[in-house]
Amino acid sequence: MELTRRDALAALAGAGILAGGGAAALARDGFREGTDPGSEGAPERAETERVVDALVVVARGVYPSAVENVGSFVETYAATKLDSRPDFRTGATETLDALDAEARITFDARFDELGPAEGETVLRRVGAETAEPDPGGTTAERIRYYYVNEVLFALYTSPTGGELVGIENPQGHPGGTDSYQRGPER
Amino acid sequence: MSAGGSGPASATATPDRTPSRKVDVCVVGAGPAGALAANRLADRGHEVVVLEAGPRFDRDERRERMERAIRPAHGTHSVWDMGGERDAYTSSGEWFYPLNVARVKGVGGSTLHWQGMVMRLHESDFERHTRDGVGADWPLDYADLRPYYAEAERALGVAGASDNPFAPPRENPHPMPAFPPSYSDSIFAEACEEAGVAMHSVPNARNSEARDGRSECVGFGTCQPVCPSGAKYSADYTVEAAESKGVRVLDRVPVQRLETTDGGDRVGAAIYATSDGEEHRQEARQFVLAAGGVETPRLLLLSRSADHPDGLANSSDAVGRYFMEHLFAGTGGRLDRPTRQNHVGFITSESHQFYDNDFEGVGPIKLEFLNYAGPSPVEQALTADEWGDDLLDSLRDSYGTHIAMGGLVGQLPRADNRITLDPSTTDDHGNPVPDVQWSLDDRTRRSLTKTNDIQTRVFDELGADVEWTVGPDNTGPAYHHMGTTRMGDDSDESVVDPRLRTHDVSNLTVASSSVFVTSGAMNPTLTIAALALKAADHVDDDL
Repeated sequence: MELTRRDALAALAGAGILAGGGAAALARDGFREGTDPGSEGAPERAETERVVDALVVVARGVYPSAVENVGSFVETYAATKLDSRPDFRTGATETLDALDAEARITFDARFDELGPAEGETVLRRVGAETAEPDPGGTTAERIRYYYVNEVLFALYTSPTGGELVGIENPQGHPGGTDSYQRGPER
Repeated sequence: MSAGGSGPASATATPDRTPSRKVDVCVVGAGPAGALAANRLADRGHEVVVLEAGPRFDRDERRERMERAIRPAHGTHSVWDMGGERDAYTSSGEWFYPLNVARVKGVGGSTLHWQGMVMRLHESDFERHTRDGVGADWPLDYADLRPYYAEAERALGVAGASDNPFAPPRENPHPMPAFPPSYSDSIFAEACEEAGVAMHSVPNARNSEARDGRSECVGFGTCQPVCPSGAKYSADYTVEAAESKGVRVLDRVPVQRLETTDGGDRVGAAIYATSDGEEHRQEARQFVLAAGGVETPRLLLLSRSADHPDGLANSSDAVGRYFMEHLFAGTGGRLDRPTRQNHVGFITSESHQFYDNDFEGVGPIKLEFLNYAGPSPVEQALTADEWGDDLLDSLRDSYGTHIAMGGLVGQLPRADNRITLDPSTTDDHGNPVPDVQWSLDDRTRRSLTKTNDIQTRVFDELGADVEWTVGPDNTGPAYHHMGTTRMGDDSDESVVDPRLRTHDVSNLTVASSSVFVTSGAMNPTLTIAALALKAADHVDDDL
């Protein structure tokens, strides 16, 4: 099942990042373009790109195999969220160091350079699978919060993520008041 | 016109929190009762100041608050910033009472996190002692409140239908059409017919169509604790209307005590604190206390003086006593077919058939048919110890076939269920915190058992596997605080008279569920709203 731009917009709207016709303001639209390493704000943009890439690695590791178009969906969702929530961006950036450290030990690479299986291995090794999500907690708890739960929240509040489970209007998505009245045959 | 200071604060400016010169009315609390009373008094041309202990929440942050509600890291208190020294309390009764889950401090009050169910009390609720020989009678009856109920339904914006044969009489349809029944309701309908249980619609303070500048419900599914779309009524909208008429609303100004004059016969000023530690005096001709069923008696007890040594307006010793709650009874399980849960966060069908029952020793029962049985997939995903295809398999297994009924029963008023001051613990201003002393009586336990019996009957007809039951041994409160400044004709046994004015203090009115004499089993906010409008009429008469 393919995740679409609409899914990313829906997840962003649900999280309060976008309201109404905010599609034009998506940070992902060109967020990698024109990045002169010497320009003002370039280091921050580079960090943001690494966090977005890391979130894509995480999503490819923790999303179900039936989901397609993960990279585009997560990039659209995450770039905009990081752009509009500075506190979240700071927390995610700081937490990336811990993922990088484990990735270097295990695979001699930065986390955002890993493939899905390698990324999942790192997540398991740091204990993110069973950790409680906590933005101020241990390394495992922060990784669970900023990375694993971030991409799971994006997926399972989107229409496509909901439909994977069997609910076309999942909690957190403003899908109207028709679906609750419909039976399974629709 | 504003009587001094500034009007509504902009998002960036520091609001002026100095007192206005003496105004007509000072309202304490900006929840539904305070908001509706202030708005009506403004309509009648009076100068009104509202003092609110909590903050003014930015409506643009509601979706972020919803994310906090869904994501497990943040905890229930964080959604509306409850907790900490400001909200400290103790619970020394037989049953622990989770007070800070049960309320919101801020402009809009607890309607910011409420479910939005708005039923009228039945005639019987006002005559509990006469009819059943238990509890007490109200000093007014349903007919007295009936016009105010209609006004309250218009003020809140209620979506409802006139298909409930058990409801008390009404003249006009609800302001908006009811939400249609759910698919899950249709499954219950067949079983209920076999079980002899009548179903009908639910009145919701939630827009079924665009109204009053607010959107229709768009189905976020997180009504409780936050509606991001604004389709659910919350009292901040009434506050906004009141401010447009000149009412001045100060947030973050907890009232510390009320000071009396004239030998204790009148309140002269509300003493409130600001975050810099300063205290200020707001003078007014009339005062309306609308701070809910816990903070209202607490403020009266904190206002003790030489003229009122046991607390203000407490010559009866009833302030803080007769604390009542509604208790939840529920039954849930699974069917062998899809039930389509968790698309919305509100319910669309109930049964009031057993409200005015003739069961021996049992109180009113309200039955609910839930549209959110079983786990929400996203919430389950965020707490799971697995991911990928394993997680999806678990979510698919968990979602889709749950079904559940809920129900409310009410407690009788008992003097030893009460709110007192706990001097051993103080809040951020050094005031003793409220102590909740709360326990269950046998009649409430019997009512819960009876509710479970009816639910089991329905589940037997459904052919469902019952997986859980909430009854007398594991029940919990519905977060409805009632009874702690009860209404009555006798000043020896009650705090306020039928005009909602305190017996002891001639310019002090209480607009709150704290004046309820009995609890009934209906969600209380529509009755709170009706009483607030009635209180405002009487205050207007006195000005």
